Amino acid sequence: MTGEQVIFLIVGAVTLIAALMVVTVRDLVHAALWLVATLFGVAIIYTLLNAGFLAVVQVVVYIGAIAILFIFAVMLTRRQAADTGAALNKNWWAGALLAVLTFTGLFFMLQSWSGFQKQAAAIPSGFDAINQLGDALTSPAGFVLPFEVASVLLLAALVGAVYLAFNKK
Amino acid sequence: MTFWNDPLKVAADWLTGIFTGWGMPSVGANVLVAFLGVLMLITILMVIDIFLVWIERKVVARFQDRIGPNRVGPFGLIQPFADIIKLMIKEDTTPDGADKVVYNLAPILSMMSVLILWAVVPLAPVMLGVDLNAGALFIIAAGSIGTLSIIMAGWSSNNKFSVIGAFRQVAVMISFEVPMLAVLLIPTIFSGSMGMNAIIQSQSIWFVFLSPLAALIFLIAAIAELGRAPFDLAEGESELVSGYNIEYSGMKFGMFYAGELLHAFTFGGFWSIFFFGGYRFFGLELVSPFLAIAIILFKALVGYWVIMWVKYTVMRIRIDQMLAFNWKFLTPVAFVLVMVTALMNTLLRGADSWLFITGMILSNIIVAWVSMEIVRSVSKQERERVEGVQQVAEAHH
Repeated sequence: MTGEQVIFLIVGAVTLIAALMVVTVRDLVHAALWLVATLFGVAIIYTLLNAGFLAVVQVVVYIGAIAILFIFAVMLTRRQAADTGAALNKNWWAGALLAVLTFTGLFFMLQSWSGFQKQAAAIPSGFDAINQLGDALTSPAGFVLPFEVASVLLLAALVGAVYLAFNKK
Repeated sequence: MTFWNDPLKVAADWLTGIFTGWGMPSVGANVLVAFLGVLMLITILMVIDIFLVWIERKVVARFQDRIGPNRVGPFGLIQPFADIIKLMIKEDTTPDGADKVVYNLAPILSMMSVLILWAVVPLAPVMLGVDLNAGALFIIAAGSIGTLSIIMAGWSSNNKFSVIGAFRQVAVMISFEVPMLAVLLIPTIFSGSMGMNAIIQSQSIWFVFLSPLAALIFLIAAIAELGRAPFDLAEGESELVSGYNIEYSGMKFGMFYAGELLHAFTFGGFWSIFFFGGYRFFGLELVSPFLAIAIILFKALVGYWVIMWVKYTVMRIRIDQMLAFNWKFLTPVAFVLVMVTALMNTLLRGADSWLFITGMILSNIIVAWVSMEIVRSVSKQERERVEGVQQVAEAHH
């Protein structure tokens, strides 16, 4: 086992445990903080995959914006941030079954893929992932249409939020 | 390759040689050497941090027409050590009803969010932690960890003042991240890379001469990000006592305080890296990496001094003024400036350097002038409206 694999296993385990804590802890602010830990674990996994740019974007967008907004919303709307009552409802076994089935399905699907057992090819020197990503997102041959559609969608959401919050005099 | 040309590599090779000589596998030796390097960088930073306390106190004293610390040691140089001893032996209090784990984690995260920034700071052409190709974005990412630490501190203290302080601070940090990120695209446009080393290497002309407005916006956004005056309403002594760190005592408060000073110094460094050539100074950086370190530390100190100058000269503004200033003025100006710079950069790509500089400066001046004119006309209308309301109110009396 290489050092990278050891790190991956540790990070993966921590991410999974943190994700489990998100849905099991009672305190909503604690749940949000565990969510931050989970998202951070995902960012480290991006780094292990040599996707440094995505890792940084993950931290900026998910921790810097989304998780902070979650915490804000929890603090502003509820006086008592802890939940009472049962954490699981009577459909928990169906959820667990679905999760196990999805995992097994994905596992067997990946096993039939030819690249499953192979070592990843080394990245050639001078390979600039950001340039490649930028070209792919803005070239007509690449993903310019989905990229722009997503931008328009976000803009529409922004306009809608402003319209809802706007105080008509 | 000698020690004077590439000290880190020589030292690392020497240490790796010793460790492998002891029978350690080479992977383990490399990890250990990298770990020692990180430890050394953090130790040096913390020692610098101790003296930043002295510098800050001396400079604020000068601005307020005092002498500052002058009793302990020559020029009061031992004062910070006395401060540290005092902080160490203070009682470590935890407020009633505090969330203990989160409460104790917050100062550590706060310090960490500052120290992690130095991973991407190039101290010399050959001395840098990691040449991340998303270096400029990394600053914002580390800043979001700082935001998180502040909201954790404010919430876990079980104190209304600290929660309000944390809310204000987070509102400032989230909103001023937007113009900062936009303005960081301008060095990226000029250099064609987000990596710190590439940005410094392409500054044969300092970017401040190409885009002075961007340098100014970066400074303003950095001061807001640091939570220093005029944007220190999270502290607001007159209304919030001390803000998010109100309940912290002893060294835990010390972590926030030291983190704030080092953060200011670090952003002085980033200001110099993005707009003042970083470690470059008329080719002196090529003589020796040690000279390059001296240059970048000097530039960082100058940036830090400017931040202190602003802090101790300008008074605090209200939160609504600050948010209006950011969203209605700074952010639009930053975005327009990015667009204009990108356009001019494409138009003037093949032109010679004098034409390039003139075009860039002219476009900056025009953007600044137009935005000031818009602000002037809007504020004139606003003044007339307020005066009209006052006249109506007086007529009714």
